[in-house]
Amino acid sequence: MTTTLPNPTDTLPSRTGERVIQFREALREAMSHEMREDERIFLIGEEVAQYNGAYKISEGMLAEFGEKRIIDSPISENGFAGMAIGAAMYGLRPIVEFMSWSFSLVAADQILNNAPKMLYMSGGQWGCPIVFRGNDGAGGQLGSTHSWCVEALFSNVPGLKMAIPSNPYDAKGLLATAIRDPDPVFFLESERMLGDKAHVPEEQYAIPFGLAHRVREGDACTLISFGRPVHFCMEAAEELAQEGIDVDLLDMRTIRPLDIDSVIESIQKTGRIVIVDQSWPFAGIASEVIAQVCERCFDWLDHPPVRVNTEDVPTPYSKVLEQAYLPNADKIVKAVRAAVGEG
Amino acid sequence: MATTTTTRAGKNRSKSLAAKLSDETLHAWMRDLLLIREFELRTMAAYQQAKIGGFCHVYNGQEACALGTIRSVNDDDPVITAYRDHGHALARGMDPKFCMAEMFGKTTGCAKGKGGSMHMFDKPNHLYGGHGIVSAQTPVGTGLAFATRYEWEVLKKGVEGGKASKKVCLCYLGDGALNQGALHEAMNLAGLFDIPVIYIVENNGYSMGTEIGRGTTMAHDLGRKAAAYGIEYLEFDGMDVMDVYDNMKPFVDVLREEQRAGFVNLKTYRYQGHSMSDPQKYRGKDEVLTYQERDPVVSLSEYLLHERESLTDEDYKAMQKEVKAQVKEAVKFAEQSPEPDPAEELYSDVYVNREKNLSTMGEYVQGAANVLTGEGRKK
Repeated sequence: MTTTLPNPTDTLPSRTGERVIQFREALREAMSHEMREDERIFLIGEEVAQYNGAYKISEGMLAEFGEKRIIDSPISENGFAGMAIGAAMYGLRPIVEFMSWSFSLVAADQILNNAPKMLYMSGGQWGCPIVFRGNDGAGGQLGSTHSWCVEALFSNVPGLKMAIPSNPYDAKGLLATAIRDPDPVFFLESERMLGDKAHVPEEQYAIPFGLAHRVREGDACTLISFGRPVHFCMEAAEELAQEGIDVDLLDMRTIRPLDIDSVIESIQKTGRIVIVDQSWPFAGIASEVIAQVCERCFDWLDHPPVRVNTEDVPTPYSKVLEQAYLPNADKIVKAVRAAVGEG
Repeated sequence: MATTTTTRAGKNRSKSLAAKLSDETLHAWMRDLLLIREFELRTMAAYQQAKIGGFCHVYNGQEACALGTIRSVNDDDPVITAYRDHGHALARGMDPKFCMAEMFGKTTGCAKGKGGSMHMFDKPNHLYGGHGIVSAQTPVGTGLAFATRYEWEVLKKGVEGGKASKKVCLCYLGDGALNQGALHEAMNLAGLFDIPVIYIVENNGYSMGTEIGRGTTMAHDLGRKAAAYGIEYLEFDGMDVMDVYDNMKPFVDVLREEQRAGFVNLKTYRYQGHSMSDPQKYRGKDEVLTYQERDPVVSLSEYLLHERESLTDEDYKAMQKEVKAQVKEAVKFAEQSPEPDPAEELYSDVYVNREKNLSTMGEYVQGAANVLTGEGRKK
């Protein structure tokens, strides 16, 4: 049984190569590989089986694993999330797919009150080894109810872990870790990235949580993000490089644990930080990072920390308004310029 | 043994399954009923002395429900319940010391003082809590039952090794939980997937201060709700433990064999208020007295003493004395147990895999050993 958790010192396979697959396929590979190794793992969610996945993430899995392990649930998030929590307490390893994290709000009692607190409430008797995963964030003109970024809201709760991959390679490695981890993991994907293609090694590998990935090296300004906005940061970094501003870009990969050590190390080199966070600004992930930075390396800062969040309004439908609402390369470029005193 | 099978209350026990059980078993039931009753009396006293905090819901009057249903299943069948849970914990076999210590918030409590009255968990006895949010335990109980089915059907062995066998999960709820969406989603899933969960509504007629008819449609015919989800239904009176067993045992046996869901409307009554802070203005004293005339403790003792004549007055008095001493000892144990040390216990039992940087407040730690499982940091 592959339940071995990865170590930070593990050697991971190369990120570069010729085996180009989609983000959704990377997720599927992680799940399928773990399911072949461990029969306790099952997948439950809306349309995951016969429909082959609302977003084709679980395509073909019903054929391989059968209906006892790839389970179509009716539309009742509170019911099936709670059911999976019971199964996890009993000793199984459920993967729960939320078609969208927006829909997880109706299961809030189960996923926030039960999964992350069971170990504490039972005095260490029962943990909850479960993965909740699905699409997070706006970008498809779905309006405010379907465009939730739950990272700030949910990562506030102790007892859970949260991973937010930005690319296919990390998606596969982080999901394998999420499935093996004995604690509840909230795994946030993005509908807008499921078709993204990149090299993904065929072999199964697991990326340790709490380790940021340095996307780009520079000494002018630390730029950190996670999930989809990492791509906006990469775009901004290109533009900034042409102006002679080389950013040190970190993809956090997991929010809880948060690799604050790498952030501080980078600030000790740059003296500046810009955080790009697709959740709302009030009590968001960016505010948390800024608080920790100020607590731990205030003296290293040459400029107040700068954050780029989504705008502080419900998600609009209009394409124009939605574009204005989300973080983008332009906003990030401006923020970095301000942080380095060129704004 | 007496030849007559009719109790003073006029009950015909000639077909009773419970009556066919051994004296030893029924005397153990008698002791269990006395224990739960005495435990709750001491709980109320300790609460009034402010030794127990938070919300506290006692079980007086409902004892036959937990005992009769739990004695109808196997020791390794999973059981899960709501917040009026002391009776279930004791019926499942939790030592009253650890149950009382939990309410006192001590490290020797079943949940190390982290759960309190509403969160009694006992892994060795397969009690999956004590849950505080009304009906939140119903999807979880459905999942426990789902996992037992997955165990024999997919794994073909026990999840922790050994042989897999057909199980049922007893999932208790109060009548107030009938109106929560969680239950209806759970029942739909259970009916849809043929999950061997048995929802047991301990129907004491009131959700806090609201009489059932004021909050629940079709309260006079709950079978219609079960039928809507294709779930087997049974209703019976829950004031007499032998009646409970007689009705419950065959129901459990069939659902275990056929691996289907069940729904039990167990009519009962709580003598005390909803919680310790309930002035009970919504009901009259006469109503309470009506039920107390059919008291579960008295009912079984009368049968054993006067009908079956397997228990003598002296034996019964000795049993009562022994139970009183045991509960007194449990209170003493709870009082004398150490308070948890915040430096060691505040940050323990949050994560199993305690990685770096999970909190800005510092590292999480492994907790002291749990008194029931022995798992945790060794001294």
